[in-house]
Amino acid sequence: MSYVPNTDADRKKMLEVIGVSRFEDLLDAVPDEVRLKQPLKLPPPASELELFADLRKLSRQNVPVSVSNSFLGGGFYDHFTPAAADFIIRRPEFLTSYTPYQAEVAQGTLQVIYEFQSLVCALTKMEAANASLYDGASAVAEAALMAAHATERKEILVTEGLNPNYLAVLETYITGGAYQVRSIPLGPSGQIEPEMLKKAISERTAALILQTPNFFGCLEEAKELEPIVHTVGAKLVAVFDPISLGMVMPPGEFNADIAVAEGQSLGVPISYGGPAVGLFAAKKELVRRMPGRIAARSTDAEGKIGYVLTLQTREQHIRRDKATSNICTNQGLMATLSTVFMSLVGKQGLLQMARLSYAKAHYTAALLESKGFKRVYPAPFFKEFALELPVPASKVVSRLRKSNIVPGIDLGKYDKKRKNQLLIAVTEKKLRADIESLAEGMSFFRPQAGSGIAPERKLEAAGQV
Amino acid sequence: MEIKADLKYTKEHEWIKLDGEVATVGITDYAQGELGDVVFVELPKVGTSVTQMKPFGTIEAVKAVSELFSPITGEVAAVNSTLEADATIINKDPYGEGWLIKIKVKNPKELDSLLTAEKYKEMVAV
Repeated sequence: MSYVPNTDADRKKMLEVIGVSRFEDLLDAVPDEVRLKQPLKLPPPASELELFADLRKLSRQNVPVSVSNSFLGGGFYDHFTPAAADFIIRRPEFLTSYTPYQAEVAQGTLQVIYEFQSLVCALTKMEAANASLYDGASAVAEAALMAAHATERKEILVTEGLNPNYLAVLETYITGGAYQVRSIPLGPSGQIEPEMLKKAISERTAALILQTPNFFGCLEEAKELEPIVHTVGAKLVAVFDPISLGMVMPPGEFNADIAVAEGQSLGVPISYGGPAVGLFAAKKELVRRMPGRIAARSTDAEGKIGYVLTLQTREQHIRRDKATSNICTNQGLMATLSTVFMSLVGKQGLLQMARLSYAKAHYTAALLESKGFKRVYPAPFFKEFALELPVPASKVVSRLRKSNIVPGIDLGKYDKKRKNQLLIAVTEKKLRADIESLAEGMSFFRPQAGSGIAPERKLEAAGQV
Repeated sequence: MEIKADLKYTKEHEWIKLDGEVATVGITDYAQGELGDVVFVELPKVGTSVTQMKPFGTIEAVKAVSELFSPITGEVAAVNSTLEADATIINKDPYGEGWLIKIKVKNPKELDSLLTAEKYKEMVAV
C-alpha cells in the first residue's frame, strides 16, 4: 500500500471521474444552517523541523521512569522488558497491521493472537482467553457486564481494594441505571473479611470483582472467599497482577469464573499511561458470552493447520444490538509485545521477576519501618504497600521530587481520608541504591516515636538485595 | 427440501405440532438449509413463559445468528438437551430429532393464525 498522499493532479482526476468540479460539491447534502462558515482555528502548517521542535517541547514536560527514581504503581509498573522485544515488534509486519477483518487472509497475525491467548491461559490457568481488550479498566467493566448477563442479575459487588480508575470506568459503563455497583470496605488488615462478604452478597449479586493483590498492594484470601461467592450463584471475577503469578496462586486455581488484568507489566512501556493491554480469560462454559475477538486454530479443506477468528456470532457485526459487547477489536501491537515478552522471559524469567519484586518491596518496607514509618495495612503484600505518614503525602512527594525521586502515589488524590498515605511500588528493576535514596529522602519526615524492633534485624528478615 | 403436510408454520420458519395440550416446536428444513451447519442453540429453561411470535431463543451458524420465534403462547415444558452436544442434529433431522422445545399450550386457537403447509410452501417457493 502506498503511503504517498494524493497530488492536486490526482484530486482533479478523481473529481472528473465522479463528475463534479470541486470537492465542496460532494457536500451538497449537508444543510446550509449547520455548515461552519469560517475556517477551522488551527495553527498554520509546520515543517517537519518545526513540528518536531514543538513535540519535543511537549514531551520534555514528561519525566520518564528512565531518568527518575520512581516508585509509582497503582496499575502501571516499571518492570523489566528484554531489549529484543522492542526490536521484534518494530518489524513492519507487526507494527503496521491492525486487527484483521478479512481475518483468514492474515494468518500470521491470527497465529500471534492465538499464541497470545494460549499464553494468557497458561499464565492464569483459565480455560479460554480472548485476543485482548484495551486495558485493565475496560476489561473489568466488560467482565462485570458478562457476569450480569450470564446470571441475569443486576448487582455488581466491588471492594474498597479495587483500583479506583477501574471503578470509575465500570461506573461509566453502567451509566443509565440498569445495573448497580456496591462496595465492600476492607477490614483493618487490608483484606476483605469473609463475614463482611457473606453479609453483603446475596442472590441479587451478579458478581464479586476481587482484585488481588488489591490497589493497596495487599493479597486477598481468594480461596476462602470463592465458596461464599458461588454459594449464592454469583460469578467470581478475579483482577490479577500478571507478574505476581510467578508467585501467587493463579485465578484458575481458586475457581474464578472470569480473570482480567492490566497487561502493561508484560513488557509494555509506561508511555504516560498508554497504550495498555487488557487481559481477559474465563471458564470455557462462559466463552459464548466473552467480549472481544477470539482467534482459534483449525484445519483447512486439505487438512493443513489454519487460524481463524471464531465465535463471531457474539460480536456486533453479526449479532448487532444483542452482541456481547461493542468491542470488535483488540490491542494488536501491545498484545503482540506481551506475547514476545512472555516468550523471551519464559516461566523461569517470570518467576525471577516475581521473586525479586517481592524481595525488593519487602526490603523497602523494612527499611522504611526501621526509620519509624508504619504500613497502613499489616496484610501480606506482593510488590506494593501503602505507608502511613505523619504529614500529607503531597508534601513528601514535592520535597522528594526535588532530588528526582518520585516516592509513590499520594492516595489523597483518590480519597481525602487517605491524604497522609503514600502508595509505594517496588519492582525487580530497583537497585539497592535507589531504595536507600528513597529511605534517606523519606527520613526527613520520619515519625518521632521508635518502631520497637531493632532496625538491623528487620532488614535481615527481609533479605539482602 | 421437505415441508411436512401435517404441521403448521410461522413466517419466521418455525414449525409446530400440537398433541393434546403440548406442542413441539422446531425450525424447518428450508431454514436449516439457509443457515448452514448449526453450531449452537440458546434455549429457555423449563418453566419459562413464551408468547406467540416473540423470541424464545437464538440459533447460531458460523457466520449468522437468528432469533427463534414462538409459534404459540404457553409455558416451556421440555427442552431438547441432546442439541448441546451436537447442534447439527437440527440440520440432519429438523422435523424429528432436531426438535427444539415443547410448550404447554394456553390457547390452541392461536394455531389458526399460522401458515398451513401449502401457504408455507408458497412463501419459500424459489
